[in-house]
Amino acid sequence: MAEPHPHPDHLWRNPEPRRSYEVVIIGAGGHGLATAYYLAKNHGLTDVAVLERGWLAGGNMARNTTVIRSNYLWDESAAIYEHSLKLWEHLSEELDYDFLFSQRGVLGLAHSLGEMREGRRRVNANRLNGIDAEWLTPEEVKAFCPIVNISPDMRYPVMGGTLQRRGGIAKHDYVAWAFARKADAMGVDLIQNCEVAGFDLDGERVRGVHTNRGLIAANKVALCAAGHSTVLAEMVGLDLPIQSHPLQALVSELLEPVLNCVVMSNAVHVYVSQAHKGELVMGAGMDPYNSYAQRGSPHVIENQLAAACELFPIFSRAHVVRTWAGIVDVAPDASPILGLTPIENLFINCGWGTGGFKATPGAGWVYAHTIAHGAPHPLSEPYALERFTTGALIDEHGAAGVAH
Amino acid sequence: MLIPCPWCGEREEIEFKYGGSAEVNYPRDPEAVDDATWARFVFFRPNPKGKMTERWVHTAGCRRWFTVVRDTATHDITPA
Repeated sequence: MAEPHPHPDHLWRNPEPRRSYEVVIIGAGGHGLATAYYLAKNHGLTDVAVLERGWLAGGNMARNTTVIRSNYLWDESAAIYEHSLKLWEHLSEELDYDFLFSQRGVLGLAHSLGEMREGRRRVNANRLNGIDAEWLTPEEVKAFCPIVNISPDMRYPVMGGTLQRRGGIAKHDYVAWAFARKADAMGVDLIQNCEVAGFDLDGERVRGVHTNRGLIAANKVALCAAGHSTVLAEMVGLDLPIQSHPLQALVSELLEPVLNCVVMSNAVHVYVSQAHKGELVMGAGMDPYNSYAQRGSPHVIENQLAAACELFPIFSRAHVVRTWAGIVDVAPDASPILGLTPIENLFINCGWGTGGFKATPGAGWVYAHTIAHGAPHPLSEPYALERFTTGALIDEHGAAGVAH
Repeated sequence: MLIPCPWCGEREEIEFKYGGSAEVNYPRDPEAVDDATWARFVFFRPNPKGKMTERWVHTAGCRRWFTVVRDTATHDITPA
């Protein structure tokens, strides 16, 4: 694979916004960039702009813990996340950019009888959906990941675990840049420092956006702003069942390779992997309160590290180098909202909450289809906004727990 | 984050549990509302960037519920 080496001067142009586009995507995070890429590649739509309030991929795409997996419980979730994982498996070649995709396995620990039952049930559900999944005993957990403490006298002993060997991690920034470079090369305008201040409406139809760089007309407008989705939707009088919360993460200093896979533990609220460069990357549970501040409370980090040190005694002398938070958009059923809105030509992709990174290619794929056809992709049909009225929720709380 | 309990004064956030928006009212006549109105009551909540009127309960203290106004962009709290 050709790595962009020596590093080129730029990966995309920085064009001035044109006065009109066929499609305007709001938010140049992973999902927005992937959507633009698939609009161009799958649907031949290159008259597309991606507007970004700050800099490209500087929101949750810069703040996630890069876990990729598809072992979700419900059929609807399994279908869309597995679609995404299958795309991941060839994406690096397709985008001609080595973003360090590594299928090192995702281990999900169980610490109670309830979790053992849930884990076994999910393994069976995954297999029925054609997704690789295994149930491991504590000894098998230890064999797969030798640094896990399986001592029975822990506060929350390891009683078993699920393993998806095809799960893993990727370098998040490179993923965004890879999508951005290809989308740009196909003619998509990536416009940074362009904040949307309002929508241009013709009755119940959207026909453009007001920005700090002027009015940009568009036949179709696609919201893709994660934690700020409700802020945007409010400008157009659209209510979303979304709450924005801080989700914190942290890294240690660079260490020798000690951790060979991703380990998640919902009961003790920690998930951890070791990045290629060597830092331990850990995520915590969401802070409970609504917030847009991109920071959370220290006690969440404290609890997360206490759990990490008990599970991995070898981490006890590592140091926390940085902590941060992303603003995650959470729907009541912990599943995304992807599809049409009551406003004509306005589309919505949000609610990925704590698990949007893994869905980047899959969400982009189905969102591009939805925008291009003006109708939902079969994989996103269950994720329509109407489900909160019809009651057809996709309740992934139990399956996803904290470490979505 | 320090949260001002109206009875116990300012205490650490770990003593509290969050109750979300204080602006969710049970429908006056729940039998009479249509699905869309019921959905709004059950699933839709204010999510402002800025001042939010919200409920907290002092679980590790006096165990009473109260309302504060907190800025979701700065976490500054003012009593309701």
